[in-house]
Amino acid sequence: MAGKIVIDTERCKGCGLCVVVCPRKSIVISKESNKNGYFPAQKTDGDCTGCAQCAIICPEGIIQVYRDQMERIRIVAAPEKHGAPRLIEEKA
Amino acid sequence: MSERILMCGNEALAEAAIIAGCDAYFGYPITPQNEITAYMSERMPQEGRVFVQSESELAAINMVFGAAATGKRAMTSSSSPGISLMQEGISYLAGAELPAVVVNVMRGGPGLGNIAPSQGDYFQATRGGGHGDYRTIVLGPASVQELADCMPLAFDLADQYRITVIVLADGILGQMMEPVTFDAKPGRNPPPKPWALTGMKDRPQNIVRSLWLADGALEELNNRLMAKYQQIQNNEVRCEQYRVEDAEVVIVAYGIVARIARAAVDQAREEGIRAGMIRPITLWPFPSEQISRAADTFRIFLAVEMSCGQMVEDVRLAVAGRCPVLLHGRPGGGVPTADEVLDKIRQSTIRAGAA
Amino acid sequence: MGARRRKSERDMNTVFQRTPVLKDCPTHYCPGCGHGIAHRLLAEVIDELDIQDRTIGIAPVGCAVLAYNYLDVDMVEVAHGRAPAVATGMKRTNPDKIIFSYQGDGDLAAIGTAEIIHAAHRAERITVIFINNAVFGMTGGQMAPTTMLGQVTATTPHGRNPSNGQGYPLQISEILALLPGTVYVERCALSGVPGIKHTKAAMKHAFQLQIDNAPGLSFVEVLSPCPTYWRMSPAKAMKWIEDQMCKAFPIARLKG
Repeated sequence: MAGKIVIDTERCKGCGLCVVVCPRKSIVISKESNKNGYFPAQKTDGDCTGCAQCAIICPEGIIQVYRDQMERIRIVAAPEKHGAPRLIEEKA
Repeated sequence: MSERILMCGNEALAEAAIIAGCDAYFGYPITPQNEITAYMSERMPQEGRVFVQSESELAAINMVFGAAATGKRAMTSSSSPGISLMQEGISYLAGAELPAVVVNVMRGGPGLGNIAPSQGDYFQATRGGGHGDYRTIVLGPASVQELADCMPLAFDLADQYRITVIVLADGILGQMMEPVTFDAKPGRNPPPKPWALTGMKDRPQNIVRSLWLADGALEELNNRLMAKYQQIQNNEVRCEQYRVEDAEVVIVAYGIVARIARAAVDQAREEGIRAGMIRPITLWPFPSEQISRAADTFRIFLAVEMSCGQMVEDVRLAVAGRCPVLLHGRPGGGVPTADEVLDKIRQSTIRAGAA
Repeated sequence: MGARRRKSERDMNTVFQRTPVLKDCPTHYCPGCGHGIAHRLLAEVIDELDIQDRTIGIAPVGCAVLAYNYLDVDMVEVAHGRAPAVATGMKRTNPDKIIFSYQGDGDLAAIGTAEIIHAAHRAERITVIFINNAVFGMTGGQMAPTTMLGQVTATTPHGRNPSNGQGYPLQISEILALLPGTVYVERCALSGVPGIKHTKAAMKHAFQLQIDNAPGLSFVEVLSPCPTYWRMSPAKAMKWIEDQMCKAFPIARLKG
């Protein structure tokens, strides 16, 4: 996967907006509460494209988003192998 | 010595404010102070200062709040009903500790009242007027010259103590024309205002606020304010004592009423009655000490005011029951004559059994 | 291609990071509240336009009364509804500063209607961000002037009904767009990622106009979720904005 998010689970209020907005369904609500009694969002091992929609919608601003640019370039550079250029298709 | 100009009180105070460095005037028309707004609308832009006719007195006091929060010298003026609208803003100014000058050219009340002169806003001005524990300095000039002189004083006191200063005039003072000179310059250097909102260049954020939710924080603010007010009470009382030393009847009066009472005092003296007058110039802080000292000797105190009796309560507090305190009050736009005050002086001496 | 190595963010490019103009501290807002998003967008705009050191903001009375604890610019807290008058006092005496007010529907559309109309009418060169969440949040969810017809609130227990003398939702943006003193009026919605991006662009445009000394007031109305008093989940609240609120408050660039 080319993207990665870091959620500050202690600052999360468990509103669930990031869970709903993630196109890869890679964020879930944790079954364990944080110190404030909220059940925070947490990322799964699923795909992350680094699209940052979770961070954009987060009302607490506690999601950081990173993306591996090298992998993206590799994929885009070989369109005949992967069909139309897309950000992430196959894992390397 | 600058030239003597014949001006009406409203315009004189406006010109004096400009000389004192008023950066911004915000106001809404109301009789009997419309000359101030009109004068400012012409003169402020001439001096490169700010003038805005606001949509209401409510807006005007909040425009003052905004300008004051950025460290500017700002003022507004109005008359009794408009000053009522400003009470919320004045409370906020007090809580946020912002300097401001508010001129009240009093008219008859309560309600819409009339446009005749009055002193019916004494309680409102000296007791804080709006919600919460706070005070404003209140100046009570008695002539057009004093109106002009108290404007630089008002701005200086406001800046020095981070407080609202109310200039309490009335419809007569505002309208009457007298010779005036504009010698008075700001006597004290305006102190630096590190708390002002000037943009966060090279310093951390400044916040101007009056909301303190944390446990004990608001109590702490109030205690700090009270300490400040005590300092003002210790240092800023101003009053005039006229023929008081041997007086058997002491009139207490301020503003235009003091001018009328002075004539009555002089007339009484001619008739052999030892009359005198204590004229508060600051109504808050009130010259309680001066009145109290006068009450050490038994004499009659006669409060004369254009109201049903407001300042008389402060006189009674200062006298503390040691001497009789009488009242001659004319509310609702009524103006006492010197003759009727003289009559009251005569009656008071008879009542007290003085020869 | 070999076993995949788990990448550390140190080796990766940062796509999204919090702006320092938004103070790094927890907020008192409810989970899913639109204020959190709106504050962040405002902070990003101030950061990107590089105006942090000459911006002065005005916090309202409402849920956002403590906005100065979250936005790292000089700020003042003022009486309910008076922000546009305070802004007038500030901008007239400090024309080089960027002055904005951030107000909710009680502050701007109820008690403060005179102040916003007249500041706009005088073409004051300020920016006003109006957060419309159709309810009075701070005081417990009472009807706001912007409450939708049929909406149940603490003071409309049977749903807002004009036949009961409860009036209609007030469309402030449409009113302000009529005044010659406004240079820019746009309504956006925090109804999802596209709406959020649109809101940020509108805010940026509004501030840019003030930077360019445009001769009037720039105004952005932001439809914002209040999951607590709409009695919905945050996600459903955003959906409700998209499906329902936009009917009474059309998303549109009304002027400028």
